[in-house]
Amino acid sequence: MTDATTVSADAALQKKSGSLFEVGERTKRRQAQERRFRMMGLAAVTFGIIALFGLLGSILSNGVSSFRQTYITLDIYLDPAKLDKAGNRNPDEMAKVTTFGYAPLIASALVEQIKKNDISVEGLSDKDAGDIISKEAPASVRNYVLAHPSKVGETVQFDILADGRIDGYYKGRVTMESAQLDRNVNPEELVLADKLKEAGVLRTKFNTAFFTAPDASDTRPEAAGLGVAIIGSTYMMIIVLALSLPIGVAASIYLEEFAPQNRLTDVIEVNIANLAAVPSIVFGILGLAVFINWAGLPQSAPVVGGLVLTLMTLPTIIIATRAALKAVPPSIREAALGVGASKMQTIFHHVLPLAAPGILTGAIIGLAQALGETAPLLLIGMVAFVREFPGPPPEGFFDPAAALPVQVYNWTTRGDPAFVERASGAIIVLLMFLAVMNITAIILRRRFERRW
Amino acid sequence: MTPGILALIVLALTVIGYFLGRQRAVAAAAQQNKRLHSLPGYYGQSVALFTAVPAFLLMAAWLFLQPVVIESQIAGQIPDSVVEKAGAKSLVMADVRRIADGLDLVITEGGVSEDELDRMRADLTDVRGRLANVGVALGSDVSPAVFEAAKSYRDIGKTGSLLRNIFVILAAVGFGAWTWSRITPEMRARNTSEIFIRTLLLGSSLVAILTTLGIVLSLLFETIHFFQMYPATEFFFSTVWNPQFRGGSTLGILPLLWGTFYVSFVALALAVPLGLMIAIYLAEYSGSRLRSFAKPAIEILAGIPTIVYGLFALITVGPLLRDWIAEPLGLGNSSSSVITAGLVMGIMLIPFVSSLSDDIINAVPQSMRDGSYGLGATQSETIKRVIMPAALPGIVGAVLLAASRAIGETMIVVMGAGASARLGLNPFDAMTTVTVKIVSQLTGDTEFASPETLVAFALGLTLFVFTLGLNILALYIVRKYREQYE
Repeated sequence: MTDATTVSADAALQKKSGSLFEVGERTKRRQAQERRFRMMGLAAVTFGIIALFGLLGSILSNGVSSFRQTYITLDIYLDPAKLDKAGNRNPDEMAKVTTFGYAPLIASALVEQIKKNDISVEGLSDKDAGDIISKEAPASVRNYVLAHPSKVGETVQFDILADGRIDGYYKGRVTMESAQLDRNVNPEELVLADKLKEAGVLRTKFNTAFFTAPDASDTRPEAAGLGVAIIGSTYMMIIVLALSLPIGVAASIYLEEFAPQNRLTDVIEVNIANLAAVPSIVFGILGLAVFINWAGLPQSAPVVGGLVLTLMTLPTIIIATRAALKAVPPSIREAALGVGASKMQTIFHHVLPLAAPGILTGAIIGLAQALGETAPLLLIGMVAFVREFPGPPPEGFFDPAAALPVQVYNWTTRGDPAFVERASGAIIVLLMFLAVMNITAIILRRRFERRW
Repeated sequence: MTPGILALIVLALTVIGYFLGRQRAVAAAAQQNKRLHSLPGYYGQSVALFTAVPAFLLMAAWLFLQPVVIESQIAGQIPDSVVEKAGAKSLVMADVRRIADGLDLVITEGGVSEDELDRMRADLTDVRGRLANVGVALGSDVSPAVFEAAKSYRDIGKTGSLLRNIFVILAAVGFGAWTWSRITPEMRARNTSEIFIRTLLLGSSLVAILTTLGIVLSLLFETIHFFQMYPATEFFFSTVWNPQFRGGSTLGILPLLWGTFYVSFVALALAVPLGLMIAIYLAEYSGSRLRSFAKPAIEILAGIPTIVYGLFALITVGPLLRDWIAEPLGLGNSSSSVITAGLVMGIMLIPFVSSLSDDIINAVPQSMRDGSYGLGATQSETIKRVIMPAALPGIVGAVLLAASRAIGETMIVVMGAGASARLGLNPFDAMTTVTVKIVSQLTGDTEFASPETLVAFALGLTLFVFTLGLNILALYIVRKYREQYE
């Protein structure tokens, strides 16, 4: 009934304005509807673009600060009486002095520095003053001494990491009010840091250690770096490239050029299509059950991660390679066959080189996908806390390592808010790698793609 | 000799084989004054292929099977009393493996010779202390039976590796020499090597089948294992998820499935309308300048790793929703919630829906639009009444694919949805999903003996079946209902 009434109402409206030059009610309504629909479309597009910029902007604004780090410049007297009792500068013997032996040297150097600059802060004990230095500092001084034993007995200038809270103070994460409530820092320390900054002893500079240092424990966010994760990810990418490119290209050549129409071919095709849509975490379960539990490969090793990611990227590479092979026109094949080449020669000498840019583009995109993948790596133990750098390949492939995206996840599970900044910074590094890979792929495609 | 060095030796033999084969073919042709059937390189290639491929296949198979064979041999040595004490056979085997690896270290770093090790006995020497010295920490003292098992594990492992090296090199030299000896000018070397390569190509494409088999078998095997320890009806119909590490857990999948579907529903409720409108606007309305900017920008969203979305949910969207909506309205005070994970996942899914729909809308022929305009329909009426019905099967397929993505998505829900399994309706509550629980049950030290660990495989199988079903359904709908236009 409602339909009928609207139709008659429409007709009534239409009757009122018989003239073509006068816009009738119904036309107005339809045009308004048209405008609304169009606006909805535009709003959706705008939302999509805003979402992209919101996402990137939030990560950037949280993470950029991790590329800068607060350091304190100290002149440390490397006291031979404490570091090298035997006095023969033998690093093996000096290694017996643990980091506890180095901490007092740094503390006294700081007190010295404070005195020299005539700084005094009310209510600040020497011990509290020492807290503005990272707990990682004794370890880094120790490493330096063990690497340069002849320097013992001299006064050496070090750039010592400031504590994470002091660093956070200069990045707006810690304020005087929050320091009041914080057990790890008190406002007097922040005042001291400010005075040291005025004196030029404390400053913020580019954080190279973020790219080279290994991960650090929960209480030392200021020392945590991506070194092991970058190496682990690189190793995995090497394995993925070395395995998935040849296997993927070989499989594509077979399916595109040789495969007869039979059951086996159908089964393979269906399998590849399905594997492309299997959730990545299922590949992690496969890796855990087959590679670690059954084949006995070590946990947290890049080799297992590489194998799992290879299986994951294979469908992507196969699909891209088949498209590239398909794009080579049949006339090329016919010409080669016509002058007497065998089918294998035709493919390897003519079709494959012409399809190479497309294959390479697909491989890079597959690799980029593998680089950002996290979930399967969690299951094969890449979340482990790894501070040792893996050895050089091929043995290094079996050493424990971290991976970039997993390191991000790992940092977000820690308590200290300074790790959130580190995680965002690590994401920026990851996105940089991805951007470089994708831009390379685009350039390759633009530069070498041939239209037939 | 490590597998790496062995592989290098085989590679060197391959290169030598190539040159020997080539040289023999050329020499034979010159001597018998005949023309070669193929180019000389193909003779070399045949020898090289026969040298390398069987040897590498043998090596791969050996590396894969050796641990399994050794394990079954060692398992017989361990008395049942030890197994009962440790709780499960796999735990004892893990100990045996760690002790065996530790003994290798004791020899290289601890300065103990092989003979001394042979004489060492667990009840007389402090094996645990020795191992701790080289950095292998053990949970308990080593029982004599386990120590003996570890020693024979090492012995068998060593013999196995020696045999492997011998057989692999024999295979390389043997097959290479056999092919080399068959070289005559009449030999059809090109055909031989081409058939060989073709078989290799076929073999590579079988990797896809092997992967699927691996997934299905490992999931099925461990799931059956799980159901032997835990009743299947409890798993499928219990509404409580409460794993306990001391046993006596309740592992019902229903709260997890509910969380999964709730989060996916929120995500699709955001992504489908938005993605569809974006596709429509870009395909039908926008000028080429906006399109050339907006289309790649939205597709960038698809290329961003999910960990980035997870972090976005964790540090931006979650706190924002909590402070501005949930807390003022008294709906909850958790920053991880269904709505957080759902919205962020929705953003991730937008490009899946939009770019697939865009292709489908563009495939609708212009003549249908023109016909509709000719009858006086406006552009939006044409889209709603003509283009959408024609494109519907494809769009449904795209939505189903997006749904299967949503169900299988892990990082966003791990970081955004929370970890508490509950059946509730409030979207501002933290809930958990199947994938979150797979991660939490399998991360860290995993011993494949308790139902608390094995349940992850049952969850994985459920997930696999669901996503597979959705994908097959999507493909079926697209194929069956696709309108064919000329």
